[in-house]
Amino acid sequence: MELKIVWSLKNRDIISIRDLKKEEIELILDEAEVMEKKLKNEEPLYQMKDKVLASLFFEPSTKTRLSFNAAMQKLGGKVIEIEYSTATKNLIDKVKMIESYCNVIVLRHPREGSARLAAEISEKPVINAGDGSNQHPTQTLIDLFTIRKLKGKIEGLNVSLIGDLKYNAVIKSLFYALAVFKANITLASPPELQMPWENIEEVRDKFGVKIFHTNSLHSAIEEADVLYVCGVKKDKFGDIFEAEKIQKNFRITQEILENAKKDMVILHPLPKDIEIDSSIDKTKFAKYYEQASYSLPVRMALLSLVVA
Amino acid sequence: MSEQRIVTNIENGTVIDHIPAGKGMKVFEILKLEKHEDRSVILINTLSRKMGRKDVIKVENKEIEEKEINKIALIAPNATISIIKNWEVVEKRKVVLPEILENVINCPNKNCITNSEENVKSKLVVEKKEPLKLRCWYCERIFGVEEIL
Repeated sequence: MELKIVWSLKNRDIISIRDLKKEEIELILDEAEVMEKKLKNEEPLYQMKDKVLASLFFEPSTKTRLSFNAAMQKLGGKVIEIEYSTATKNLIDKVKMIESYCNVIVLRHPREGSARLAAEISEKPVINAGDGSNQHPTQTLIDLFTIRKLKGKIEGLNVSLIGDLKYNAVIKSLFYALAVFKANITLASPPELQMPWENIEEVRDKFGVKIFHTNSLHSAIEEADVLYVCGVKKDKFGDIFEAEKIQKNFRITQEILENAKKDMVILHPLPKDIEIDSSIDKTKFAKYYEQASYSLPVRMALLSLVVA
Repeated sequence: MSEQRIVTNIENGTVIDHIPAGKGMKVFEILKLEKHEDRSVILINTLSRKMGRKDVIKVENKEIEEKEINKIALIAPNATISIIKNWEVVEKRKVVLPEILENVINCPNKNCITNSEENVKSKLVVEKKEPLKLRCWYCERIFGVEEIL
């Protein structure tokens, strides 16, 4: 008789994509497919009835916050929120106080490692909604779900990560996850914003994937099945003018897409700045609004697997 | 006086031996021995049968603590520590780099939560031994020795 391992995420903290096995990621993506169908059929859902999500955002992130709140409410649960605050000190006290009011904590914090610390001190599961420039695992799950949905697979696809590869948590999480799924990854960024070498070495050593580097947008686009674009984080530059100059030189335009594969897709975590010309929004390449719509079923799936 | 006599000739204290040549000053610095009230000596480029050349530090009236040994291991993973009492070596051991360094050194990432939240101990996990790479348990950044010390 064949033994089958049943993967479970019940009461798990979701802090870093590094903590998740490939099978666990697939479990979330499969559950998101189920949630998407239920949403389409407008089925009433009650998995989170009588459950409370505490939303702790210490920096603004409208899309992430609202989609977590909507996901919880779609599942019949309730949301409590702290008043938005930039007072990031005493995280331990805040988490200890709030955990008694809720069943799950969603934390966004500008300091790297804050979610891991919160998870260590909280009895309730903690979901990392972005910790500085470290990790944004739930955005990565949305990205993987979108790629699988649009392309039918992740393995073997040519995925180009473009833009700020140094400071962006979304990119670091996705880079690791793409390596888990054995995608061929091209890294294209201005020299000032290259992916840290340690991150590249890590995924090469662990997964043996092919990674290409380029400073040229043209070569990153030519063979790509998926372009994942991220803007420059201007707050990381002392000189805003310099940041804008870098961004302008590294911008996706209609002209630059002339040599792209016909079925290539462009993804972006949104909201965009100037890194993608707005004329591209109406082209067949632009899939970022569809990608954003998947944040609901994916976060519903995650909450359901962790809490319900 | 032979080099060996210079190394062992203290009444009470610690001898840190088999430090790779050229790394003695760095060990001296991370142990903050310039602040030690009694005498300390660094022998640089002394002869070694095993290593060719090595550095040696002897510190009077100080027993090196576990946390300090872990720091030494970051720079000199094959160093030996001898505790001297009444001119005799009463204990001799090799430094061993632990898998996890807890509260030994601060995370070099200034934006790491361990550098802003009070009462949180730093935790660095050995990711690779040769060359040494440490990952912060919290912020997940990977650091080489040169960034840590």
